Amino acid sequence: MSVFVLRRLLTLLATLVGASLIIFLVLDALPGNAAQMLMGADASPDAVRALTAKLGLDQPLAVRYLQWVKGLLIGDLGNSYVYGTPVAGLIAERLVLTIPLAIMSMAITVTLALSAGIYTAANHNKLGDVGVMSLTQVGIALPNFWFAILLVLLFAVRLQWLSAGGFAGWEDGVWPGVKSLLLPAVSLAVVQAAILARVTRSAVLEVLREDFVRTARAKGLGKREVLWSHVLRNAMIPVMTVMGLQFANLLAGTIVIENVFYLPGLGRLIFQSIANRDLIVVRNCVMLLATMVVIVNFVVDVLYALIDPRIKVHDL
Amino acid sequence: MFRKLSIVAFAAALAAAPLPVLAQSKKDSVVMAMTLEPPGLDPTNAAAAAIAEVTLYNVYETLTKINEDGSVSPLLAESWTASSDLKTYTFKLRKGVKFHNGEPFDSAAVKFSFERNAAATSTNKDKSLFQAFEKVEAPDADTVVITVKYSEPNLPFLLGQASSSIVEPKSAATNVTQPVGTGPYQLGAWAKGSSITLNKWADYRNASAIKLSKVTIRFISDPAAQAAALLSNDVDAFPRIATRVVAQFKSDPRFTVLIGGSRAKTIVAINHRKKPLDDVRVRRAILAAIDRKALIDGAVEGFGTPIGSFYTPGSPGYVDTTGINPYDPEKAKKLLAEAGVTTPLELSLKLPPPPYARQGGEIVAAQLAKVGIVAKIENVEWAQWLSQVFGPTGPHNFDLTVVSHVEPFDLVKITEPDYYLGYNNDAFNALYKQIVSTPDEASRAKLLGDAQRMLATDAVSAYLFQPQWPTVTNKKLKGVWKEVPQFENDFSTWYWE
Repeated sequence: MSVFVLRRLLTLLATLVGASLIIFLVLDALPGNAAQMLMGADASPDAVRALTAKLGLDQPLAVRYLQWVKGLLIGDLGNSYVYGTPVAGLIAERLVLTIPLAIMSMAITVTLALSAGIYTAANHNKLGDVGVMSLTQVGIALPNFWFAILLVLLFAVRLQWLSAGGFAGWEDGVWPGVKSLLLPAVSLAVVQAAILARVTRSAVLEVLREDFVRTARAKGLGKREVLWSHVLRNAMIPVMTVMGLQFANLLAGTIVIENVFYLPGLGRLIFQSIANRDLIVVRNCVMLLATMVVIVNFVVDVLYALIDPRIKVHDL
Repeated sequence: MFRKLSIVAFAAALAAAPLPVLAQSKKDSVVMAMTLEPPGLDPTNAAAAAIAEVTLYNVYETLTKINEDGSVSPLLAESWTASSDLKTYTFKLRKGVKFHNGEPFDSAAVKFSFERNAAATSTNKDKSLFQAFEKVEAPDADTVVITVKYSEPNLPFLLGQASSSIVEPKSAATNVTQPVGTGPYQLGAWAKGSSITLNKWADYRNASAIKLSKVTIRFISDPAAQAAALLSNDVDAFPRIATRVVAQFKSDPRFTVLIGGSRAKTIVAINHRKKPLDDVRVRRAILAAIDRKALIDGAVEGFGTPIGSFYTPGSPGYVDTTGINPYDPEKAKKLLAEAGVTTPLELSLKLPPPPYARQGGEIVAAQLAKVGIVAKIENVEWAQWLSQVFGPTGPHNFDLTVVSHVEPFDLVKITEPDYYLGYNNDAFNALYKQIVSTPDEASRAKLLGDAQRMLATDAVSAYLFQPQWPTVTNKKLKGVWKEVPQFENDFSTWYWE
């Protein structure tokens, strides 16, 4: 186990160093710089030069890279070029929204997908199966931003039960925050749940065809019992894999939904920062995401072993 | 499946039906929304219009105030006089004014602010203006004398802009995140990416006249989300909302739609440094190929007034030059033939992100195609546009680009040798010098007319339109400015009916 952890840690470190290099070089190749963006079209060239120097953007590439890595190591992410405030604070402000939103929509996704997937597999080729599977087809085909706009029109514009967007924060208690994330979480969950339901269904069906299921049934176990105590556990591996990918996607890939609901999430921070060439923010965000994806993958790997004791950590 | 479809149909039907007016109880707070978030809150060190939209006349004040109609009135200066050559201005300052941090406002603060804007390390957008001040003198606490190196008839107007905000010496360095000014509002909170809250400052010299005690400003960039935020009553006012969502509010009794002019000029910039665009006949052909009316309808839903030069209706000395190179595709073809251009002529057309440029650019390309000019559209981000197309030190790598210049009175830019257009016409530069050294208003207006006609005749750029900026507000919210000569939202005039 300790060898495994050490090996994992080394791989993780190498991955992160590689990622940091790629991130830095790719971002540096972008045309335009923050000083020019901040000053805009009507500024005097002299003012742009002054700001470039002030932000340290006139330093050589290697110097800037090493400064950044040094900062990462001592936990100082630097100041945003645009906002002038510490990057760590900016990211923390966004995570307060992004992580709860990811957890909420993942919870909705899992609840919908597992119940639909198991139900359809258990009722394979019956009317319920066909019906629910057609629904998931629609779910996959729905662009989530369009579905989100429909939800806004119904619940915010027409019924006025929920606000059309914005994030209430957690200062006034949990409910206002959860309430403002409800529609975004549902719109994100619908497409994901449709995909996950189909994965769950085919995974369960595949396991249902295994010999040990027939044996269990022959031994006299009820259908329900076989499904819940034997089949599901075995069917969970592909489902977990997809769930891991979906969760990672929820951390960074929700920019479209964040725009529809004007939520200050991590996706929009990255998007705006790229447009503003606030590369110090982009670098650190992407680095954080790379780290989170690595961690999510690691957690999924460990869960594999927990679900299926035949998989040992040294196999990974 | 059917259930899902019927829900969709239901939602669509509901959304289409008008909603009864809801009673509102709010009296002294407003939620305003704008498209972009400001990058910091110091308008004297960064150029973004969003900074001025939040802070100007609200948090910071200036010596003069630019009114809704573009006229200039006293603000921190009670009065001013100009020398007859319009080079020396004497401002008498308002007495007893304090900054938010308790420090007194006086001539030293004005001198500090303007000299800071002119410093070598200054990142003020109008740095060149402040560097043109020969001296800023403070003979006593309530008097400031500014001497400009040339005649500057517009000085009182220019000193009403956000870049001329008066800051307090001790707090100036931290204004980006903790703004300190003399205005009626103070920064309450800033949730980055989400909202800014301004609270009324109880010690403001005229606090009783300020009706709103709290203004929350949200940032919503997606047009559909902008409309939804107003329709759901989440937002009370949306200045400069996306033009394509405005139509639905015009017929809705819950909202007021204000259409204001601007000082902005949307143009197809032509790169004079590239052949054959240095030939005036080719540029005239481009102008003759463009149907401004169709373009305004297609690019900005009709929210624009055609212009013929780099100057807007409503500005002093404006003359209508739209007739100089009118829409005439046949003439365009003839001009191209005269210039010896073999068609199809391939030109690059770089389009920055705003809808006016992206949609407008496609229409321009379609119109140019009819006379044998193939405009190859290339969509670019602002950062790319600034570095490749616009930057004074950049490669000026473009043939054509669509852009809106929002600064008022920026004819001077055309005279700058590094300017991206590359016009560099000695006759125009001489004319401009004459304009700024002519103190007499009537003769100056005449010269301004000559300058506009010269730009139109030389087809320096394909001048398209002056954009109109629509504002949508809750019907009960009053005092919101219709005309916006610059980027600002003056909350001191807003109130609930």
